[in-house]
Amino acid sequence: MAMPRMRSPLSRAIGLGSAKEGVEHWLAQRVTALALVPLALWFVIVVIELAGADRALFVEWVRHPLPAVFLVLLLIATFYHGALGLQVVIEDYVESEALRFGLLIAMRLAAIVLAARGIFAVLKLSLGA
Amino acid sequence: MTTDPRPLSPHLQIYRWQLTSVLSILHRASGVWLAAGTILLVWWLGAASDGPEAYAGVQAFLGSWLGRILLFGWSVALFYHLCNGLRHLWWDTGHGLDLKSVYAGGWTVIAGTAALTAIAWLAGIANWSR
Repeated sequence: MAMPRMRSPLSRAIGLGSAKEGVEHWLAQRVTALALVPLALWFVIVVIELAGADRALFVEWVRHPLPAVFLVLLLIATFYHGALGLQVVIEDYVESEALRFGLLIAMRLAAIVLAARGIFAVLKLSLGA
Repeated sequence: MTTDPRPLSPHLQIYRWQLTSVLSILHRASGVWLAAGTILLVWWLGAASDGPEAYAGVQAFLGSWLGRILLFGWSVALFYHLCNGLRHLWWDTGHGLDLKSVYAGGWTVIAGTAALTAIAWLAGIANWSR
């Protein structure tokens, strides 16, 4: 069957397909999504359990190894997944190359800083006095 | 360089609103909203590790009307993104891509989001007032 010529001659000559890259991004987005299914459901149950609880109860709970490890895993998966998603949103809607580049850097930095702050808080609560 | 006259998509406002496109737009919107919500998550954890005073500040905010409305919005977004994300993962395996399944899955996602939101808030309020 003759395919209609949808691609420009230059694109055909370069022969890299439409996007040239993205398989790793696609796969990481889905792997983190799979990890977040149980982690997010666990987190919802935890928040319901802790509704109305004071800080002492929360601190006592997070000192156990399992909640601390799960919270750290949740933070890693959440910020990894979120950064991948926001990257696509920025790439789709920001036309200016300079602004797009700046926003992508700023978004990743923010994700790393927030993840580090969250993980540090969990570790401090879990290991500290 | 001359190019073939390639087909272009019409502008977005040409299309009639339909379940498929609305749910697709909502998936992205809820994702962005949840990304903003991670600030609250980290604020909450950080305040807990900083001490009772900082934690009381977060609790006061979450107990306020604005806090509760935001929390409700994040819970809806989380359940929607979770349900529709599972639908996306199912599509990625090559299943459910015919029109009938896409619509059935879409309505299932809406029902699942409503059910999970209702269950979570009923359980949360019951715990809150214990």
